[in-house]
Amino acid sequence: MRDPLGKKVKAIEPSGIRKFFDIVSEMEDVISLGVGEPDFDTPWHIRDEGIYSLERGRTFYTSNSGLKELRVEICRYLRRRFGLEYDPLEETLVTVGGSEGIDLALRAMLDPGDEVLIPQPSYVSYLPCTVLADGVPVILELKEENQFRLTREELLEKITDRTKVLVLPFPNNPTGAVMRREDLEAVAEVVREKDLYVISDEIYSELTYGEPHISMASLPGMKERTLTINGFSKSYAMTGWRLGYICGPKEIIRQMTKIHQYAIMCAPTNSQYAAVEALKNGDRDVDAMREAYNQRRRYLMYAFQKMGLPCFEPFGAFYVFPSIKKFGMSSETFATRLLEEEHVAVVPGTAFGNCGEGFLRISYAYSLEDLKKALGRLENFVKKL
Amino acid sequence: MREQILTFLEKNSKIDLSELAVLLGSSEAVIANEVAQMEKEQVICGYHTLIDWEKTSSEKVTALIEVRVTPQRGQGFDSIAERIYNYPEVQSVYLISGAFDLLVILEGKTLRDVSAFVSDKLSTLDSVLSTATHFILKKYKDYGTIFGKKTKDERMLMMS
Repeated sequence: MRDPLGKKVKAIEPSGIRKFFDIVSEMEDVISLGVGEPDFDTPWHIRDEGIYSLERGRTFYTSNSGLKELRVEICRYLRRRFGLEYDPLEETLVTVGGSEGIDLALRAMLDPGDEVLIPQPSYVSYLPCTVLADGVPVILELKEENQFRLTREELLEKITDRTKVLVLPFPNNPTGAVMRREDLEAVAEVVREKDLYVISDEIYSELTYGEPHISMASLPGMKERTLTINGFSKSYAMTGWRLGYICGPKEIIRQMTKIHQYAIMCAPTNSQYAAVEALKNGDRDVDAMREAYNQRRRYLMYAFQKMGLPCFEPFGAFYVFPSIKKFGMSSETFATRLLEEEHVAVVPGTAFGNCGEGFLRISYAYSLEDLKKALGRLENFVKKL
Repeated sequence: MREQILTFLEKNSKIDLSELAVLLGSSEAVIANEVAQMEKEQVICGYHTLIDWEKTSSEKVTALIEVRVTPQRGQGFDSIAERIYNYPEVQSVYLISGAFDLLVILEGKTLRDVSAFVSDKLSTLDSVLSTATHFILKKYKDYGTIFGKKTKDERMLMMS
């Protein structure tokens, strides 16, 4: 029989962390600090709108780009929060989570052999999506000494004649790093000079704890070179609703809409109705969740300091990325032993790229009680080393 | 700062003040001082425990009583409210807008206790015009806490 599979998909490595997660799910009495989604339920008024849309029988497709009402609200929101000006009809596409946006953007922009700059440590889908779109991923290794920000020098070093796209994943999963205005300006200058495009994944934009988030597309001359990806999963605790959006130059959005139309049709209708409510009346929920995350973040930083675990202070997302280099073992060994000996699950930094070696991702999308219990066990473990 | 402290204490009055200081990015001395000050100013009026009495063997009846009264010259509703809230079995007294004036929450051992209070003590007060008594059958949620609801973390560990 001939091989049913194509070479491209086979070349993609299965996630190495899967095995580790399987052990976790088999184990009893595990406290997990591994999950990358909010612990809050979707605020009730938003859920209620979703239910109401079902009750009214709104069970049909929406237009391919998404409900017009939702796109209008998205553009209003982006203007009020980040000073972005997008047209709801031509520059906005509602997607199935931010992750569909990543896939669409790469597929719409790449020709075979085009290089995509991907900063790491970062979310795991940029690289395989690039490969599936016939692009060539080029990794930019971010450094702790720069608070895991992308610098102009790091960027310049990897640019070639084939470089077309820069992925900009800030606030960052897994490091919690954020880019300040001056950091973005330095990157933007290079992008303009070298005629690149930016896919700015801003899914954690509501979760910053120092300065408010700054959108790449709001910088001068950057709107026409930037695709802004955002969504409802992290800011409104709506992961399971699978709803995001992407905004950018209309000629790119038009081509992405084509792929979206043939592959997906449209994002889930009831999620779209719920999202309208989230944007209209959800600001207070976002503020309350941000404040809760911030308190937990402070608590973690304090606890790490007490147990002598070095960690740069992250100002975004809901992760901390402590260094375990001083214990002289790999991230994976550390995480495996911590799981076996103390029944605490954390994600080894290497799950997010090779340069994550020597670090752990610890999520604080957990209640304070859970965090306290887990940190007690982590402290026990560290003392033994 | 005060509002943040109060938000925590309202949910958990047993919280360790040093921990609260970490969460709010402040110092224990500052927090302790604020709390003491608010106790003195009676911003904080007491520390109570939320109990689901249904889970105990203790029998209790709680009633909400709507009371219509004639306000008194020079004193409005205050003096009649005081006459009512001085009874120890009265849990709460609120002045209400709408079809009646005072809402009285009463706790008794038995139904008879409650009805005796209403007929003997409350209705016989001079300025009380009428009462309507509602017995509470079940408490689902009190002070923001849903009774008997256990939450389990159903999130799956995956690369996200």
